[in-house]
Amino acid sequence: MAAPQPITVEDLNIYYGDFLAVEDVNVTIQPRSVTALIGPSGCGKSTFLRTLNRMHEVIPGAYAKGTVEINGENIYAQGVDPVNVRRRVGMVFQKANPFPTMSIRDNVLAGVKLNNRRISKRDADELVESSLKGANLWNEVKDRLDKPGMGLSGGQQQRLCIARTIAVRPEVVLMDEPCSALDPISTLAIEDLIHELKDNYTIVIVTHNMQQASRVSDRTGFFNIAGTGKPGHLIEFDDTEKMFTNPENKQTEDYISGRFG
Amino acid sequence: MSSTDVAPDAPEAPEQSSLRSGGRRFGDTLFSTLSVGSGILIFVTLALVAIFLTAESMPAFRESKELAGIFGTADPAFSLIGGVAPYIFGTVLAALIALVIAIPVSIGIALFISHYAPRRMAAGLGYMIDLLAAVPSVVYGLWGGVWLVPRLEPLYVFLNQTLVWPSWVPLVPSGEAIIPLFAGDPTAPMRNLASAAVVLAVMILPIITAMAREVFLQVPRLQEEAALALGATRFEVVKTVVLPFGRSGVVAASMLGLGRALGETMAVLMILAPGATFSWHILEVGMHNTIAANIASKQAESSGADMSYLIYTGLVLFVLTFIINAIARWIVSRTTVKG
Repeated sequence: MAAPQPITVEDLNIYYGDFLAVEDVNVTIQPRSVTALIGPSGCGKSTFLRTLNRMHEVIPGAYAKGTVEINGENIYAQGVDPVNVRRRVGMVFQKANPFPTMSIRDNVLAGVKLNNRRISKRDADELVESSLKGANLWNEVKDRLDKPGMGLSGGQQQRLCIARTIAVRPEVVLMDEPCSALDPISTLAIEDLIHELKDNYTIVIVTHNMQQASRVSDRTGFFNIAGTGKPGHLIEFDDTEKMFTNPENKQTEDYISGRFG
Repeated sequence: MSSTDVAPDAPEAPEQSSLRSGGRRFGDTLFSTLSVGSGILIFVTLALVAIFLTAESMPAFRESKELAGIFGTADPAFSLIGGVAPYIFGTVLAALIALVIAIPVSIGIALFISHYAPRRMAAGLGYMIDLLAAVPSVVYGLWGGVWLVPRLEPLYVFLNQTLVWPSWVPLVPSGEAIIPLFAGDPTAPMRNLASAAVVLAVMILPIITAMAREVFLQVPRLQEEAALALGATRFEVVKTVVLPFGRSGVVAASMLGLGRALGETMAVLMILAPGATFSWHILEVGMHNTIAANIASKQAESSGADMSYLIYTGLVLFVLTFIINAIARWIVSRTTVKG
């Protein structure tokens, strides 16, 4: 594989119908690192995240204009199939969502089996094991791979979803508040996992928890909104350490020191 | 189940406390009495129908050779089973064929409305489906008998004459229909079981579609997004998430449709040329009839023992529907997915 390239976002405007939700984002996200997006509710950070794998547009009327280059390819260029984009840019959601009708094993293989791709039983076994190990879940579930995924605890379900995401070997993993429904111990397990995953994947994580952002990320982006009905903006983007100790923008400082939001 | 103990607590010491209520509130009592009463009414109605059917069937029971041991007044030529069995066969066969036609179409329409159609079109289409359910069955009967039957004729001829084993295939009866159901000797007008089943299919289509649509719309958004985020196409989302989630609902909907098809009378009566055989040849005319259509066609000129026998066939239909509903509930309880 060629040396990983950054994700370059240029002049990105994101709409819900006529409503401009996020305005004019320009940012470069470093590969093989963790980038956290923080900001108050409704500022557009999740919306922005969902444009990075073209999930934003599955909402009726929603669309985005601009350029998002992943590995040198603009995913918003004409003729790009969003299905192919999503196979390279995986996503983990706020609430764990394993497929309720599938076993743990089938959940991990779900993405691989899409599009009628065939996989031998041995390759499948290996992939299940490596993906579950990659998600730090293998030891807990290796004896019950054929049990339903819904039988796991909330934190285990979320790690199962991560295993399912990395089983298709994406280049980028997007995480939309992956720990917001989890207890502190499960949160810690996921945060440890994020640290390990960044060796192989570019990770972008949206979080409401500023401690989490400072713990897991290398770089942090702060989104803010001028008021209800106004579009969100990326206010500041910098190294996490600098963002949390010495931010350049007054709004960032206010938010981080807890003066609003 | 009775709940006659709705009498309010006897008012005790008249100590003046503002927290004590003076018995139950009137509106509350009225409402709970009404709703409990309505619930009981269902049981009572059902029981009354069952009692009526059984009581009125007694003369038929008394004369039958099967129950001679109990009543001792049997007419040896009079059989409870022999007489109604062909009608049970015709009823179930017609309903099953209708189901086989209607289920795939219904699922297709429901998926189109819930997942493919633009929102405004989906709303209009849903409305039209509901309208289809509101058409009286006598209208379907007219339409089926006058319009549909002649137009199905070429299809039947094709199935019967053209879809046959060619002579170069060994070990098969050459010239016979490949699908045995379409064998036999159909003659126009095609007032056969197949025509009746097609019209039944149209009639149960809206029931199944409406229920399936509701279930498909309830698929958690998060599940669908999970599949999309893995790079699923729209069809793959339907296959991996929507259909598994909706399976029990579709089964339940189909059983409701089956119940309707079993009991449907007017349309069958107006389309089918009746007969009383166990023929699998659904294209042949004058071979089949259903219990309901048979009752409707004969009840006007029946009395005495004949009437009793007709009512007995009604009891059979009642029990048949009951059993099928029970099976449906069992299937639904086994296949329900929690998500």
